[in-house]
Amino acid sequence: MTSGGEALIRALSDEKIDIIFGYPGGAALHIYDAIYQQDKVQHILVRHEQAAVHAADGFARATGKTGVALVTSGPGATNAITGIATAYMDSIPLVVISGQVASHLIGTDAFQETDMIGISRPIVKHSFLVQSAEEIPAIVKKAFHIASSGRPGPVVIDVPKDMTDPKVEFEYKFPKDLYLRSYPILGEADSTEVSNAVKLLKAAKKPVIYSGGGVIQSDASEELVNLSKMIGAPVTNTLMGLGAFPATDNQFIGMLGMHGTYEANMVMSEADLIFNVGARFDDRITNNPKKFGLEAKKIHIDSDPSSIDKIINVDVALQGDAKLVLSQLCKEFENSKLENTDLKPWWSQINEWREKYGLNHNMLNLENQKDIILPQQVIQSLYKVTKGKAFITSDVGQHQMFAAQYYKFDEPRKWINSGGLGTMGFGLPSAMGVKFAFPDADVACVTGEGSIQMCIQELSTCSQYGLPVKIINLNNRALGMVKQWQDMQYGGRYSSISYEDSLPDFVKLAESFGHVGLKVEKFSELNDAMEEAFSLKDKLVFLDVLIDPDEHVYPMLEAGGSMSEMRISKKDKTF
Amino acid sequence: MISHIAILMENQPGALSRVVGLFSQRGYNIDSLSVAPTQDPTLSRLTMTTSENPEIINQILRQLFKLVDVVMVQNLTEAEAYSIELAIIKLIAPQKKVEQIISKANNLEGKILNEHDGHTMFEIRGDSADIDTLLASLKDEKFLEVTRSGLLGMTKGNVALNTNDQTKISYE
Repeated sequence: MTSGGEALIRALSDEKIDIIFGYPGGAALHIYDAIYQQDKVQHILVRHEQAAVHAADGFARATGKTGVALVTSGPGATNAITGIATAYMDSIPLVVISGQVASHLIGTDAFQETDMIGISRPIVKHSFLVQSAEEIPAIVKKAFHIASSGRPGPVVIDVPKDMTDPKVEFEYKFPKDLYLRSYPILGEADSTEVSNAVKLLKAAKKPVIYSGGGVIQSDASEELVNLSKMIGAPVTNTLMGLGAFPATDNQFIGMLGMHGTYEANMVMSEADLIFNVGARFDDRITNNPKKFGLEAKKIHIDSDPSSIDKIINVDVALQGDAKLVLSQLCKEFENSKLENTDLKPWWSQINEWREKYGLNHNMLNLENQKDIILPQQVIQSLYKVTKGKAFITSDVGQHQMFAAQYYKFDEPRKWINSGGLGTMGFGLPSAMGVKFAFPDADVACVTGEGSIQMCIQELSTCSQYGLPVKIINLNNRALGMVKQWQDMQYGGRYSSISYEDSLPDFVKLAESFGHVGLKVEKFSELNDAMEEAFSLKDKLVFLDVLIDPDEHVYPMLEAGGSMSEMRISKKDKTF
Repeated sequence: MISHIAILMENQPGALSRVVGLFSQRGYNIDSLSVAPTQDPTLSRLTMTTSENPEIINQILRQLFKLVDVVMVQNLTEAEAYSIELAIIKLIAPQKKVEQIISKANNLEGKILNEHDGHTMFEIRGDSADIDTLLASLKDEKFLEVTRSGLLGMTKGNVALNTNDQTKISYE
């Protein structure tokens, strides 16, 4: 016989979960007592519930498995909300279990009561309120199935305290099968549409493959590479899709969109065929949708039918799982008797664009660089020292864009960032989740002095569990991305972006938690410090790098324009 | 244009709020809404009207179907469907006068329900637009209250919003 609390933890274990991230509190105490009395599921105590969800999220992104977070009712639940919304926007499989006040108190404004189902409703894939303890194993099973299948997403299980009462026992039964009345999961795409797609792909003179997070979610990198090689078209990745196609491959033209490369945005703008694989024509990509791809035919693979024709109408819609649909396309492409179109003229155009304004163009004249460190150089150094093999998590802002632009990801699941919601504070806790999943891998959190302070309390968690992540702090003494916009659009009126006199001494701060802090102020010291940080295998190293406070992220799409309307530097623009 | 959508969904606490929440979350308007359990008490049927443009309607249908609690979705506007709305109206007027109002109402069927101290309640059935017209024509009367069912509807023939299917998901 088991109690509801024991059943909950046992069901997690039956779902092959061995690690969860959380924070205890009144309504969750029965569950925590059940955790204490077993050893199959390890509980990681964070310092704030937002971090618990981000850590579970980082774990999920790096492994492809479902991440689990456990929080108490009221403030525990509301603190988890930012983390849940982050996972929802990026379609990350999570199960978030929240304690709730006892059933008979629900609706009475009881101590630490909040309507978690109501508050989380718009940012979950689905949610469950446990109404009888016996159904806990079945609910857990459904929650994991829903979170991880189709287009993944977070699922909340809200557990009233009486449902986990140790005095109420029942026979534990983990269901073998589960029943859902309507939950279609798409597999292969319609074969007519597949052959229509291949006709367009074969005929295109200026095709581009634009792939997103969906390729990573469905573990379809290999299929993407295979098809891309057959077609020979340039490949660009969204911020969420980086690593799905190897960045060091010559067919890769960099990230596209708001801060995408010049060549990627030009290719999107001039293409006669845009082939979207697992991306969603997000506004950071299309810029003005009314000016997007006007000359191009469009093909779209998506596992979520509601993503198709949502922003941009397409000519061929391939509803299905990216991995399966890409395999279908490979087969069809190979068997097709249609001639391939010569893409040489297209590539010579692309190479011209690369030459003209490709990344690094603003890095080349640095021979007489004094000792100012540019943020891009920090990422280049990080890339060099980690040989491009590290897991890189990031926070949100300029540093995130520099990391996305300059760290060349050759593998999926190595680049972990909050793309859709843009959550500052995501970097450090998600790095913890990655480090738990891959204890022997290099894990670096690229952050800024603004973002890192949003979840800096997790330095304590890292200390408790001995997590030697490397924090690469691009310290420009201001909220850089906001400052950039204020420079460009608000006449340099710096409203609420600086705190220079009140920043902590990050070195001492790191040391106070038992970590190593290193400060880098000169370019000449950068590489050595980076080497040192990664040579200290067992230590968390906080590398505080003072960078040029005036650097902007370029290229940058002009608001309301087409994808070819870009600012290339403070002086140059394409329009 | 008014679109008429029928939804079959789990008769579960919270299911209705997911459907209604989806509309407010994505900025769609609901003009009318009616919901009640079906012959299968585990399922509820919801019918609603919305005046979004056809492209948005497609998006709405897909977003609705994505909800785990939503079992089936049907666009009644595009199908051959029968639809009807019921309104109950109370006027300060003698029964005789209300009888005249009913007999003059275009395309609507109605009947007196009760009369108390010169307060007459009557029901009226038909197209929503005809009910709108009738209500507008009553603006000079001593009007007390009106309640409308929202537009109900059902496809003709063998197409039905009905299921006993449960998808079984097996694990080895």
